Amino acid sequence: MLGEQIIKGMAVTAKNFFGSYVSKDRLTTVQYPEEHLAQKENTRQFPFLVYDGEDWEKGLRCVACQICEKECPPKCIYIVKSKDKKPDYKGQLQVYPATFDIDISVCMSCQICVEVCPFESIKMDTKFELSTDDRFGGLLLTKDKLAKPNSYYQEMHPHDAAESDAVIAAEKAKAEAKAKAAAEAKIKADAEAKAKAAAAAATAPLAAPAPTTPPPPK
Amino acid sequence: MNAFAAMPPKSFEVKPKLDESGSSIGELLEISMGPHHPSTHGVFRMDVVLDGEKVVKLKPVCGYLHRNHEKIGENISYLASMPYTDRLDYFCSMTNNWAYALTIEKLAGLAVPERAEYIRVIMAELTRLQNHTSLIGFFVHDMGALGTPLMYAFREREKILDLFEEVSGARMMCNYMRFGGVRVDVNDEWLARTKQLVANYGRFLDEFETFLNQNEILLARTQGVSPLTKEQAVNASLTGPLLRAAGVNYDVRKVDKYGIYSRFDFKVPLGEHGDLYDRYMMRVLEMRESIKILNQALRDIPGGPVMDPKAKLRGFRPKPGEVYGRIESPKGELGFYIISDGGPNPYRYRVRPPSFINITILEDMCLGHRVADVIVILGSVDIVLGEVDR
Repeated sequence: MLGEQIIKGMAVTAKNFFGSYVSKDRLTTVQYPEEHLAQKENTRQFPFLVYDGEDWEKGLRCVACQICEKECPPKCIYIVKSKDKKPDYKGQLQVYPATFDIDISVCMSCQICVEVCPFESIKMDTKFELSTDDRFGGLLLTKDKLAKPNSYYQEMHPHDAAESDAVIAAEKAKAEAKAKAAAEAKIKADAEAKAKAAAAAATAPLAAPAPTTPPPPK
Repeated sequence: MNAFAAMPPKSFEVKPKLDESGSSIGELLEISMGPHHPSTHGVFRMDVVLDGEKVVKLKPVCGYLHRNHEKIGENISYLASMPYTDRLDYFCSMTNNWAYALTIEKLAGLAVPERAEYIRVIMAELTRLQNHTSLIGFFVHDMGALGTPLMYAFREREKILDLFEEVSGARMMCNYMRFGGVRVDVNDEWLARTKQLVANYGRFLDEFETFLNQNEILLARTQGVSPLTKEQAVNASLTGPLLRAAGVNYDVRKVDKYGIYSRFDFKVPLGEHGDLYDRYMMRVLEMRESIKILNQALRDIPGGPVMDPKAKLRGFRPKPGEVYGRIESPKGELGFYIISDGGPNPYRYRVRPPSFINITILEDMCLGHRVADVIVILGSVDIVLGEVDR
């Protein structure tokens, strides 16, 4: 019969229509500004910079190595290295970014900067409601706007943050162990030098004490 | 210079229709369909000459979405091209990633771990499912089934995009594959949910097929419209569902057996007439085969690492050489041709996009058909302008 299949098709639409009143599976619409879907843990929007401790200027992990700037596909990162140095979390003196800008109107949220960063310092944010009516500076994020505490990152991506904290802790422990070993070696070397000097003094008690500084020229 | 020369072309023009002796017997209408028209699936223009309602000439005009993809690829590092490949065919970023990763792996001699190969197959087949589902939605939308089937298709597509988002962090621009593996591992919970989705997908397809397959309007609009012969299809170097609808048995998954496709048991559906209905059914049958592959892949997926330990993220410099890698993307054969001179970025970077090559035959398919059919024929080719214009 002509039109039989159309009626069958209408039965499908009717099933979906009435089903939407009883089954959550058939009514999937979310009334966006009022309702929000729960965010997935891996969601990525735009990058930010992680800092440790209280003060963002002191605790910024970034050491301005400029790898992210080089690898960024749309070239939206702009970094200027500082002239002076300051200690990082390992206690080593490192340069820091004097300027760190990300133009998020250019950024394409690809996460390449996060992957190539060797210092666990740039991570992805999940905020997405960023529209602004200032089209010149509104979407150009400077260092102070980009810096977010580590606790914020831990809250947002608990798994990734735990991993990156573990990496940092391991590196810190390694650096500390190295420093400790160096200090011990120094103490040992000092002790040995002292012992040697004492031994030398013991074997030649009558000899005049070795001059520690060259005698002044006459 | 004439000030009017810079003006855009007229949207229509009336031309005389001449018989053999050169005398006027009527009028031809030359109209410009698109570029800003929803039926053209993006910014695509067709200059159509109409005799009444019949198409007598058609010229596809593309390039409105040209973004210099290939030249950009030659000026940035190998890794940085990966997110740009997402934007080629923005419906199927996973298969684009795979094609590019496969090419570079061939060039650099990287091996992909077992688990990563399985994850890639799962992602590619999920992509095929969501691409074909939404394509059918658009296809019947073009025929005038406004909204309803498209919304059903999108409802199912969203579920797959949710899975993609959970793993890769983005719904469409996944940027998930890497040279020598995939970026992050999937967890058991994700695999269980994918199994659930694949199990439910068959039921959705059953419903969708009862909804559309035998619908009288769809049959009247599609059967016998714009049939393609095998010879025409091969001559125009078509690939993908369009070629198989014409009855040519050619699927890169079977021909090349790239990745681990040789391990899966699946068939390549073939059409008989090459008309619109065959192209529609080809998508439906391919989805059924994809479900088969997904079931096998989800059953057999082994544990282990997902990245080749030799793969380098920073400072990646493959040895000099040239390579062509190809996969069967949902739209056809997607190939990347790369020449490396040993530097950090490719010397030559070329994409063989399936939808660009598939629309070259648009005029042959449309001649003699009604203007309303042109829209449906264009919809059946399954073009994405991001890939056509690059």
